[in-house]
Amino acid sequence: MSTDKRKALLGMVLIGVALAVLPFLVGKGLGNSWVRVLDFALLYVMLALGLNIVVGFAGLLDLGYIAFYAVGAYLYALLASPHFGLHWPVWAILPMGALVAGFFGVLLGAPTLRLRGDYLAIVTLGFGEIVRIFMNNLNAPINITNGPQGISQIDPVRIMGVSLSKPLEIFGLTLSSVYLYYYLFLALTLLVVFVSIRLEDSRIGRAWVAIREDEIAAKACGIDTRNVKLLAFAMGATFGGVAGGLFAGFQEFVSPESFGLMESIMVLCMVVLGGMGHIPGVILGGLLLAVLPEALRHGAVPMQRALFGQVLLDPESLRMLLFGLALIAVMLYRPAGLWPEARRKREFAEKAK
Amino acid sequence: MDTFIQQIINGLVLGSIYALVALGYTMVYGILGLINFAHGEVVMIGALTALTVIKLLANSGLPGIVVVLLGLAAAVPVCMALGFTIERVAYRPLRNAPRLAPLITAIGVSIVLQQLAMIFWGRSYHAFPPILPTTGRDIGGAHITDLQIVIVLLAAAIMAGLMLLVNKTRLGRAMRATAENPQIAGLMGVNINAIISATFLIGSALAAVAGVMVSANYSIAHYHMGFILGLKAFTAAVLGGIGNLPGAMLGGVLLGLIESLGAGYIGDLTGGFLGSHYQDVFAFFVLILVLVFRPSGLMGEKVAERA
Repeated sequence: MSTDKRKALLGMVLIGVALAVLPFLVGKGLGNSWVRVLDFALLYVMLALGLNIVVGFAGLLDLGYIAFYAVGAYLYALLASPHFGLHWPVWAILPMGALVAGFFGVLLGAPTLRLRGDYLAIVTLGFGEIVRIFMNNLNAPINITNGPQGISQIDPVRIMGVSLSKPLEIFGLTLSSVYLYYYLFLALTLLVVFVSIRLEDSRIGRAWVAIREDEIAAKACGIDTRNVKLLAFAMGATFGGVAGGLFAGFQEFVSPESFGLMESIMVLCMVVLGGMGHIPGVILGGLLLAVLPEALRHGAVPMQRALFGQVLLDPESLRMLLFGLALIAVMLYRPAGLWPEARRKREFAEKAK
Repeated sequence: MDTFIQQIINGLVLGSIYALVALGYTMVYGILGLINFAHGEVVMIGALTALTVIKLLANSGLPGIVVVLLGLAAAVPVCMALGFTIERVAYRPLRNAPRLAPLITAIGVSIVLQQLAMIFWGRSYHAFPPILPTTGRDIGGAHITDLQIVIVLLAAAIMAGLMLLVNKTRLGRAMRATAENPQIAGLMGVNINAIISATFLIGSALAAVAGVMVSANYSIAHYHMGFILGLKAFTAAVLGGIGNLPGAMLGGVLLGLIESLGAGYIGDLTGGFLGSHYQDVFAFFVLILVLVFRPSGLMGEKVAERA
């Protein structure tokens, strides 16, 4: 084993240990509500990595990505809740969610293959809205989605008979629900990261990048652009579907409200701010944008009281305002993102000239 | 039959408003090749600005029409200033950047405007004061109010004026030249930046008028109204052939008709399975169908590999 490999291995072990003890540090230091924030951050990282395949690798701007998250979440909700009286195990639902979301990805991709850039953005946005409108209204005449009220009392995730919604005692250590979900999400996030990295280095990954750079040239080089683009949509959607299923199990409640356009834009922000197409950058973006708003929520109100003696802006609108400003600022001053891929950075620098 | 005529009338009114907003999209797209995502928010700001003025003056004793015109007079410059600023801040620095970049700043601008409007005007719905005459007339069993007649006529007049401006004046010629080829137009002595600014100014003024029309027609305005309106107007622009002015008008009116007829009849068509709350879905289906079968729109020429 060369020293480089040994270093890499050591790094991985250190990161692994850090990730394993992180919830304990956070939980002890800031309270369990912050471990919950971490759980959500992991879900968002999964989503961001999924969208990264479509936007970052293949260069197809998708503004309706949250629809796949919604599909995954609703599938879980319908198959494991008293709504239809079904209680399927999570290991059956998640792969199915991935498959169904992937199918929806192809459904979206097929008619939009000929479009590029801004047209594609608008169509995907419309697709996301269509999915949301249907979820909002499919409670009559046959009640499928229970309309705007959403579906509640969803079964929590169970692994080998152990429900993750109740504290678990293990080796004399009591782990509350948020910790258990943290480890589950962490495991799946690592899987998603692994798949992303392998995809990026694969023949398909290179084909995606080729299409992003110049579709006509890619076609001329013998890439079947149609299928490869469809595959990008399907792969991205798959990640979204899995994350959606986990979300439903974790929340034990889903409603159309969680799947609005703003959520799509938030995930897009994670990808763009982090660095499109660069996996570590996207992870950074996902973590930052999932954790910062929470910090803002906790910090903004007392800060405004201290500064102005009253709360001028509610944290939610402050959060969105900062998002909007961040999107503009990053595009103007760091168009390749906070942690860009080396190749992409060069490319943006060249074109900006 | 009377429902049919009623839906046609509603569709025409809605369509005229879409057409006005769609013109803003299509002009900017024609010149910059950019979807001005924030255009819908400009409409919203126009509507709310006008409404603020109208509410202030509602009890002043002035006739309703004058109050509305004053509201409009306030909204137009505000929107023009806004459009001008948006172009300067968010689009001009990125004119030669990869295409994704200005699209993302446009989304950012859209979010910022929406949040600012929410901070300014609150989350609540603002009702349009009942100062306009509600008289109307009956045509074949359907009812059309004077306000709706005014909306349709005014929209038609504005569009005719715009066509004259674009086709007959010096400014219009410069705009067409810039849309054709900015570099060459620049060589011919056209001040490209000024033309682009002018385009944004005109588009935003139209947006202000459309905003006032929407809020007067539905008697309501709120900070979230711009998004869906903008999306539909964009659909209208694409339907007509983006970059093409008569196309945007045709697309707007067609989309208005499709939507209101669709909403009126979807219940019967699907045996009650889908109701009129699916109205918003139509625009998107139309958009997807157009892009699949005729990406250049109804009146657009074949655009070669623009994206």
